[in-house]
Amino acid sequence: MTENAIIELRKVGKWYNSYHALRDVSISIKKGEKVVVCGPSGSGKSTMIRCINRLEAHQTGHIIVDGIELTDDVKAVEKIRRKVGMVFQNFNLFPHLTVLQNLTLAPIWVRGMAKSEIEEIAMMYLKRVRIPDQAHKFPGQLSGGQQQRVAIARALCMRPEIMLFDEPTSALDPEMVKEVLDVMTELAGEGMTMVCVTHEMGFARQVADSIVFMAEGSIIESGSPAEFFENPKSERTRQFLGQILEH
Amino acid sequence: MSKQFPADQAPVSAGPIPTGPVPPAHWAASYEEEPTQASAPPQANGMTALKPFGWAKDNLFNTPLNTVLTLACLGLLWLVVPPAANWLLLKASWSGSSEACREAAGACWSVIVVKHRLIFFGTYPYDEQWRPFLACALFVAMLGASGVRAFWRPWLAGAWALTLVGMGVLMWGGVAGLSYVPNDRWGGLPITLMLSVFSIAIAFPLSILLALGRQSSLPAIRTFCVGFIETMRGVPLVSVLFMASVMFPLFLPEGVTVDKLLRALAGMTLFTAAYLAEAVRGGLQAIPKGQYEAADALGLSYWQKTVLIVLPQALRIVIPPIVNQFISAFKDTSLVTIVGLYDLLTAATVATTDPEWRPYFAEVYVFAGLMFWIFCFSMSRYSQWLERLANRYTRR
Repeated sequence: MTENAIIELRKVGKWYNSYHALRDVSISIKKGEKVVVCGPSGSGKSTMIRCINRLEAHQTGHIIVDGIELTDDVKAVEKIRRKVGMVFQNFNLFPHLTVLQNLTLAPIWVRGMAKSEIEEIAMMYLKRVRIPDQAHKFPGQLSGGQQQRVAIARALCMRPEIMLFDEPTSALDPEMVKEVLDVMTELAGEGMTMVCVTHEMGFARQVADSIVFMAEGSIIESGSPAEFFENPKSERTRQFLGQILEH
Repeated sequence: MSKQFPADQAPVSAGPIPTGPVPPAHWAASYEEEPTQASAPPQANGMTALKPFGWAKDNLFNTPLNTVLTLACLGLLWLVVPPAANWLLLKASWSGSSEACREAAGACWSVIVVKHRLIFFGTYPYDEQWRPFLACALFVAMLGASGVRAFWRPWLAGAWALTLVGMGVLMWGGVAGLSYVPNDRWGGLPITLMLSVFSIAIAFPLSILLALGRQSSLPAIRTFCVGFIETMRGVPLVSVLFMASVMFPLFLPEGVTVDKLLRALAGMTLFTAAYLAEAVRGGLQAIPKGQYEAADALGLSYWQKTVLIVLPQALRIVIPPIVNQFISAFKDTSLVTIVGLYDLLTAATVATTDPEWRPYFAEVYVFAGLMFWIFCFSMSRYSQWLERLANRYTRR
């Protein structure tokens, strides 16, 4: 596999009891690469992405992130989680904290940054996701799109080298999808390494360096957007694309 | 008085808006909100005078069944309220000797006047009873102050440390020219207040640890916590207190004694902690999995996640059941009588043993009940305020 891979999965397997969620998944992602993962529901795409920062533990194979192998070693896991930001489908903002406190909490407690310093940085990120005026509101007072942009800013405040997106627009009302995708597109333009599980094929076509298609816990095929959309190799992919691009 | 028009008829005249008396805005508003019936005449003004009757008619006499129930309730009130008022207040005897009471038809509150120091302070030396009085006043004042948001500052902890030392000095004495009073002579309100507040204050953090332990992924910790909680919940408080005061000393090596009051406090604390732990666990289980995952993904450690993310949310949810346990624990202090401690209720019972005042035991218990009620009701009201404060912004 490639030398300069920042994320590397080698024959990763995972079971939920008897259910085989990931079957020998191997993938190598270079620094700065944008990878979109797609596939039908239950195909293991969320499970795979959640294995990368060990929200889920894999059982066989190896996952190496920025030279550190993910094992039961808590220290290694903590090290990797500092480098890897994550954005969830349901935002998962902390409802008892203001937007600004959501952003500054982890940098203060995990990175040991001074409050004044990180607040300045947090405001800068809030400006970048275009909601600086909401800094002192509580998440419950924001729209879904705004909450997801706060979630992106929260992850960025940890200065991650990799960003994982787990269906970031699936829980949003249609009119709010664009504001979140715009922020993600902008982030991609800045050279962030991104792994994104999404059904937004327009975004995939525009932003992705490569697209990974998964079904039944395996990677069926991967390639550049042009190859993937124009000339899919497997029947399973053609079937999926037919369903998803129909409307 | 200006004439009222329904909204759709008002501006019929063209030209400048009349400068005459303009009906205040809320008239119009209340007119709108009035539950008007389709056939109601437009002059709804006359209705306002009849409002109480209208309300009663709509709510109390709107169906035959409701009419019967309303009348039955009124009848019951008529049977209960006048005699109660007569006994409690109107025909009660407020001062004087027990002879005066014998002639009065109502309650004999003189018994409280005569016996209040025994009820409040038990067997504490009579001439020194200003000391427990001062200690209780200080304690209650600090409890009240601790509930005020503006005082939630680091110095409050220092103030509490000083208060506790001050209370210890007042109650025990032995320094600063105060005579020494051993704690087996304490009784009444100080015992009730101290046992309940200290047991709750220690049990609360303990219960959080137990609730967290019950969810721990480490089998040893989980088993211990489950075992402790289920054991404590499975036995009555009375038997826990007996264990603490009678059996526990048997396990101690000879010569080692643990104070009786302290043993009762320990028993109450452990018992309360087990119940509180289950209330806290309810809160922990209500926190969505996503909150844990978001905290994990940000790299927070277990304790950071627990203290900064999970507990602040979980405890807010369980304010009502927690305060419920607090109130219950407060009242349960009266059970320490079985291990020979004189709480407020026991001291009240002792007060009724005086042959001269024995006929008036009911008054003494009503009074003791009132004391308990004051503290419990205060806790209940305070929790309602706390709930509003905690949930002001965080409605999901």
